[in-house]
Amino acid sequence: MALLEASDVHGGYGGMNILNGVNMSIEVNEIGVIVGPNGAGKSTMLKAIFGMLTVSQGEIRLRGEPITNTAPNKLVHKGMAYVPQEKNIFPSLTVQENLEMGTYIRPQNFRRMLEQVYEFFPPLREKRRQPAGELSGGQRQMVAMGRALMVEPSLLLLDEPTAGLSPLFMNEIFERIKTINAAGVGVLMVEQNAKQALAIAHKGFVLASGQNRFTDTGEALLNDPEVAKSFLGG
Amino acid sequence: MNELVFFINNVVISGTVTGSIYAMGAIGVTLVFSIMRFAHFAHADMMTLGAFMVLLLTTLFPNVGAVVGLPSALLLLPIAMALTAGAAVGIDRAFYKPLRAHDVKPIVMVIASLGVTLMLQGLIRLFAGTSSQSLYIAERKDIFRFELPFDLATRNIVVTEPQIILFVFVIVAVVSLHLFLSRSRLGKAMRAMSDNPDLARASGINTNTIVAVTWIIAGSLAAAAGTLLSLDVAFKPDLSFFLLLPIFAAAIVGGVGHPYGAIAGGFVVGFAETLAVFNWAVLLRPFRDSLPEWLDLPSNLALVGTEYKIVVPFFILVAILVWRPTGIFKGKVI
Repeated sequence: MALLEASDVHGGYGGMNILNGVNMSIEVNEIGVIVGPNGAGKSTMLKAIFGMLTVSQGEIRLRGEPITNTAPNKLVHKGMAYVPQEKNIFPSLTVQENLEMGTYIRPQNFRRMLEQVYEFFPPLREKRRQPAGELSGGQRQMVAMGRALMVEPSLLLLDEPTAGLSPLFMNEIFERIKTINAAGVGVLMVEQNAKQALAIAHKGFVLASGQNRFTDTGEALLNDPEVAKSFLGG
Repeated sequence: MNELVFFINNVVISGTVTGSIYAMGAIGVTLVFSIMRFAHFAHADMMTLGAFMVLLLTTLFPNVGAVVGLPSALLLLPIAMALTAGAAVGIDRAFYKPLRAHDVKPIVMVIASLGVTLMLQGLIRLFAGTSSQSLYIAERKDIFRFELPFDLATRNIVVTEPQIILFVFVIVAVVSLHLFLSRSRLGKAMRAMSDNPDLARASGINTNTIVAVTWIIAGSLAAAAGTLLSLDVAFKPDLSFFLLLPIFAAAIVGGVGHPYGAIAGGFVVGFAETLAVFNWAVLLRPFRDSLPEWLDLPSNLALVGTEYKIVVPFFILVAILVWRPTGIFKGKVI
C-alpha cells in the first residue's frame, strides 16, 4: 500500500484553482520530489496534502486512509509533519523549546526524540538554550526540520528546505534528508534545486500549471532530455 | 524627615499600588493580543466584573472572613477569579469566536470588544447601582502605621491592609506566570502560538485550548486587579473603565505581546503618574531658608493636577508610539 496517494487533486485559494488535477504516489520509505516552474502549484500541493487549503475535488490517502481536507493538527496525530518554507520556527522560543513543541502531542517521547534529533543535527545541541530567532539560516532550517522530526513522522513534508541557503549548507541539508529517509521516514519535498533534489529522489513529479507534466523515478527524470531541456535548465 | 515620609507614602507606596494594578491589567491585554491579535477594549470592565462578583459574594457571605481573620472579600476572591475566568471564556465563545471563525480583520474584533464593554457596564450598573460601595461589608479596613527610627520623623509610613495584600498577590502572580510560561508545556505552547500560530497548529497544538487558557489567565488576573483596587478605594461601576488608557499605555510601553514587558510597563506608567501629581514643593521646603530671597516657593509644585492625572499615560502613549512603537522590550506593532 502506498504511503501517500493523491489522485486528481483540485484546489486553491478563494475559489481560484491553482491545482488542476495533480496525481502523486510515494511508497513507504521513499523520497518524493516535486519540481517545476514558479507558479506551478508545488507548494500549494504540499499545503493541500497537509489540510491547509480546501481541496475541491479529488482524494488524498495516507496508508489507504482518506485524509482529504483533514485539519493539520489532526494530521500530526496520523504521523505527518510539515516544514513550511518561511516562518518555520518559533523565533522567541529556545532551540530546545522549539523541538519540544514537536512532541507537544506526545510529551512522553520528548527525551528519546530529542537525543535522536541532536544526533541528526549536532549543532542544535550546542545552541539548545539560545532563542531560535538568533540562529543562522542553515541552523534555523535544522531547527525547523528537527521540530518536524520530533513528531516521529512516517511522512515528512518539506517546502523548499534549501531556499536561501549557501551551497555548503544546501549539500548538508540534502545529506540530512537522505539520512532521515534511511532511518525510515518517507519524505515529500518541493525543491528549486531540481537536479540535486532529483538525484536523491525515488519519485519525481514535474508540475506545470497545476498538473503533472512528468511523473517517473528521480533518475529517469534526470536523464529525460525533454525534462532536462524545459525544466532543469539544459 | 517628615518630607521623606510624605514622599514614601505618596510616591513609593502609591506608585507601587497603581503600578501593580496596571501591571495585572496589562498582562491580560498583552496576552490576549499575542494570542488573538486584537486590542481587547473590554478588559477594564472585566476587572470591574471581577470586583462585582466579589461584591455579590461578600454581600451573600459577609462573615466568612472572620473565621480565618482575613477580609471576607479576599477570602472570596479566588471564587470570583474562577467565575470571571469562566465569564471571559464564555464571552469569547459567544462574541469573539464566531468572528474569529469568519477570519475577520482585527478592527472588527476591537469594535466587538467595545460592544462587550458597554454590555458589561450596563449589566453591572443594573445589579450594583451607580453609587460607590465598600467591599468591607462586615469588617473595618486595617491600617498599619510604621514609625521611622529617626527623631525628626514624627509622621508614620501608612500602609493599608489591602495594599499589603496587593503587593503579596502581585509578586505571587508574576512568579507563577513566569513559571507557567517558561516551564509548563501549555505555557510554552502559548508562547509558540504567539510567535507563529500556523506552525503551532502544524505541530498539533490545539489552538482552541490555548485561547481558552489565555482567557482564564487574563480573566482571573483582571478579577484580582479589580477587586484589590476596589478594596483599596471602593467599588464603583466605572471603577476600571478609566484605567483602560493607562493599561494600554503600560502594555505598549512594555512591548505588546511581552508579559514581562507589561509588568515593567505597568510600573513605569504607575510611577510616572504618581511622580507627575506629586507636590515637589514639599521636598524643597526644608531648604527654604537657603533659597535666595527673591525665589518664593509656591505651595504646589506638581507637574499636573491630580484631576488631570489621565494625561500622563496619554502622553507616555503618544511618546512611545512616536519614538519607540515596539516598546522597551521590542513587542509587536499594533
